[in-house]
Amino acid sequence: MRAELKNFQHEQYYFRLRLGFTALVVLVLFGTLAFRFSYLQIKQFNHYQTLAEKNRISLVPIVPNRGLILDRNGVILAHNFFVYTLEITPSKIKDIEATIAEVSKLVEVSSLDRKRFNKLREESRNFESVPIRTHLNEVEAASFAVNHYRFPGVEIKSRLYRHYPLGKLGAHIVGYIGRINDKDLLSLEQDGVLSNYKGSDHVGKSGVEQFYESQLHGTTGFQQVETDADGRAVRVLTSNAPVPGDNLILSVDSKLQEIAETAFGERRGALVAINPKTGEVLSYVSQPTFDPNLFVDGIDVDNWKLLNESLDKPLINRPIRGVYPPGSTFKPFVAMAGLESDKRIPPFAIQDAGYFSLPNSTHRYRDWKPGGHGLVDMQRAITISCDTFFYGLALELGIDRLTGFVRHFGFGDKTGIDIQGENGGLLPTPDWKMRRFKQPWYQGETVIVGIGQGYTLTTPMQLAYATATLANDGVAMRPHLVTHIQKAITNESQAIPLIAQDRIPLKPENIAIVKQGMLDVTLPGGTAASVGANAGYSIAAKTGTAQVIGIKQNAKYNADTIDERHRDHALFIAYAPAEDPTIALAVIVENGGHGGSAAGPIARKVMDYYLLGKLPTPDAKTEDKKAAVKPADGTGVSITTSQPAPEEELHD
Amino acid sequence: MISKLLQHIFKHIDSFLMVCLFFTLMVGLFVLYSASGQNLSRVYAQGINIAVAFGLMWAAANIAPNQLERIAMPLYLLGVVLLISVALFGHISHGAQRWLDIGPIKIQPSEIMRIAMPMMLAFYFSKQEGKPMMADFAIGALLLAVPVALIMKQPDLGTSLLVVASGFYILFLAGLNWKFLLGGAVAFAALTPVFWSMLHDYQRRRIEILIDPTQDPLGSGYHTIQAMIAIGSGGMAGKGWLNGTQTQLDFLPERTTDFIFAVFSEEFGFMGNLLLLGLFSLIIMRGFVIASQAQSTFARLLAGSITLTFFTYVFVNMGMVSGILPIVGVPLPLISYGGTSMVTICVSFGILMSIQTHKKLVAT
Repeated sequence: MRAELKNFQHEQYYFRLRLGFTALVVLVLFGTLAFRFSYLQIKQFNHYQTLAEKNRISLVPIVPNRGLILDRNGVILAHNFFVYTLEITPSKIKDIEATIAEVSKLVEVSSLDRKRFNKLREESRNFESVPIRTHLNEVEAASFAVNHYRFPGVEIKSRLYRHYPLGKLGAHIVGYIGRINDKDLLSLEQDGVLSNYKGSDHVGKSGVEQFYESQLHGTTGFQQVETDADGRAVRVLTSNAPVPGDNLILSVDSKLQEIAETAFGERRGALVAINPKTGEVLSYVSQPTFDPNLFVDGIDVDNWKLLNESLDKPLINRPIRGVYPPGSTFKPFVAMAGLESDKRIPPFAIQDAGYFSLPNSTHRYRDWKPGGHGLVDMQRAITISCDTFFYGLALELGIDRLTGFVRHFGFGDKTGIDIQGENGGLLPTPDWKMRRFKQPWYQGETVIVGIGQGYTLTTPMQLAYATATLANDGVAMRPHLVTHIQKAITNESQAIPLIAQDRIPLKPENIAIVKQGMLDVTLPGGTAASVGANAGYSIAAKTGTAQVIGIKQNAKYNADTIDERHRDHALFIAYAPAEDPTIALAVIVENGGHGGSAAGPIARKVMDYYLLGKLPTPDAKTEDKKAAVKPADGTGVSITTSQPAPEEELHD
Repeated sequence: MISKLLQHIFKHIDSFLMVCLFFTLMVGLFVLYSASGQNLSRVYAQGINIAVAFGLMWAAANIAPNQLERIAMPLYLLGVVLLISVALFGHISHGAQRWLDIGPIKIQPSEIMRIAMPMMLAFYFSKQEGKPMMADFAIGALLLAVPVALIMKQPDLGTSLLVVASGFYILFLAGLNWKFLLGGAVAFAALTPVFWSMLHDYQRRRIEILIDPTQDPLGSGYHTIQAMIAIGSGGMAGKGWLNGTQTQLDFLPERTTDFIFAVFSEEFGFMGNLLLLGLFSLIIMRGFVIASQAQSTFARLLAGSITLTFFTYVFVNMGMVSGILPIVGVPLPLISYGGTSMVTICVSFGILMSIQTHKKLVAT
């Protein structure tokens, strides 16, 4: 019994020893836990608190409403409206094709939608949602919403869409917005405004939509939102309202624009009408045109091909991107150069035999009228568009003096219109030719610059600008499409300042000679007498023809025998009323033939509406065609230099 | 009269342990309410779990240690048979074969083993006269290895770890030679690569992620990272009950079960953690006292093992949630939602109470 007890006590002692050891281990391990907690909760508290906040709070951008674009009378050219779109986030879906197939059982998805989706997918980042269908109607939206649970990663969104209610009308003025691509991102980053585009999908891509992007876009607002682990917003913590973009009010009148575009009919070309006193652009036509609405949700491949590969090049903004030889419309400015250099001051006159030759040369620079015009002074030279007169003048002025002077009218330089991508045209000089072709300048090249041929290239915008400057007695007003920028909230509008870009010191008597010559153009005996007939106001104008292909020395130009696209371009510049001009314009009808007959009537319709409010008569077009049976207008041109005349440069 | 009846009913309930358990369970219910997104029916369900567990605890407390000793072997054999049945006809859920369908009830034999294992080993060593021999420990290890292998095969890393622990504590407390322990540790180190090759891919991945949770922040590391954020952002005093953002906004996974400690820690902070550690320490301390005062070898070995196993539960869970131990799927005892582990824990406390309250006065 005693031994047993002793044994028991011995055993218990050993047990307690071991138990004590484990108690120590327990203490140490609990101590370790406590140390771990103090590390996480005290030492690293700030770190984990930040992480928890990051988990919980996300910044959600609120995209501002884009500003409206209105014409001068308040007609809406661009606005926004809400549409339901069905969007897919590619990163959230394993089999996109299968999902689309399932979705299309509920909501119709056309092959065009699919093509556009695939194109947009390539352009956007993987975690962005991409629309598979836009403009869902209420029924479609509802039927998808009911089945939404079956499609994780597919959502209905209500997006603000840009819409251009007038469609094709004025498309090259207004331009369009499109989805932000990598190139846009880069330029937004360079401008330091990328953070303002968080949440924005679109950016202005052309026209005033592009030029006034910073005003139209507005300031993005932000919401601090508490989100759960699935990213669903639980509640809004703070909110910073967006500032909507400013509205643009254009100088363009959409009715006038419609008349001008309609006047072109099926023909290609451009028209720019400017108020010479202010520089406001009244009408701005580029024909053919396109529907900017196609670009808003991303254009589909088929429509893109159609537009981009069309021979008519509807996407080219012709008034600023199309460069054409000015032809005889250049003559009033050459005349101005002559007069201001004290050349050809009345009563100076030449006896025109129908050609001009350089000294010591037998080569003949022919006048458009075989046999010549007889006795021609400066004023009459403009009126009848006498080539011989200007050949000699150009040669006497010399190429440097000639181009140096007309540069003041804006030739060879950008006009500063508020649309991006303007082409500066080309005023050739010996220096330029040496750089460009590594060849010396020939006198003969000076001769043909006198009639707006050779290397000289202008845009319709430049021609209109030069005409407006001439009409405004040498004061060159900066051309602009936007007259007012209006704050969306207060409706307070700020006028775009009128800027005189140049004041050319012209002698009044010289101006009078050129203007009288141009006025006579639309009177009986002038090259565009039909344009001025029964106008009810006085029109000063100049016709022109620009060659598309070179004609050999002895060949004869015959419009009927050459391909339509190789026919001459018809040009026409004008301002009215001649005594106090409020509209100056330039018209180009590509491959239209003669300026007076093809381009002149378009100008007349625009001026009739602008000055008299007169609508064109419906059958006016057929009359124009009859009138085109060669009257005493037009300016045939022959070129003898080894260089062929530059062709139209409509390549972008 | 009534007080006498009550006294009789609660004769075998250890009041110190009972009070500690009660407070800990209350904390658990409050945390569960918050963790479940203020879902009262979850709390009721856990209340029922507790009620059932208490009933079984009371029953266990009323079985005298010598009776427990008698059923140790049959219970162990039953457990092994059931584990074999699980391996043969078990119910598979979540890729693991742990459950056995017997008519309307589903039982988890590995849970039975958590009690049967220490009982069996305590029984085995109590029957050896004098100091246990090396051969006894070898037999003990074998008794331990068979069911553990079966549980690991299910696979259930958490439970097999705890069963190993409960058995190992018996061996240790029974006087396993220090040299042998040291040798075992060396052997373990040497055998780690072998052990590694035997692990399932998901188990290996868990260990890899433990070392560097950022390896897979959206996959397996997500649990650990979110739990550490929850604990760390709780700070000194916590964000307050029902105010834990990690919890309330669903960032924390499995927050009513294995990761409930992160919920508690986020809402009650470092102070709360110390308080909870204190409560658990009191329970463990009481267990040690009961073990050291126990009157038979069987009772003291069993009480020691139960106490240390409880500690192991707490340590492994808190360690894994706070990112210092691998995620092995062990609930926090008395706090995590779930009936099975609640019953196992409470029955083991019932045994502790039985050992404490069936003592006879011994003259020294």
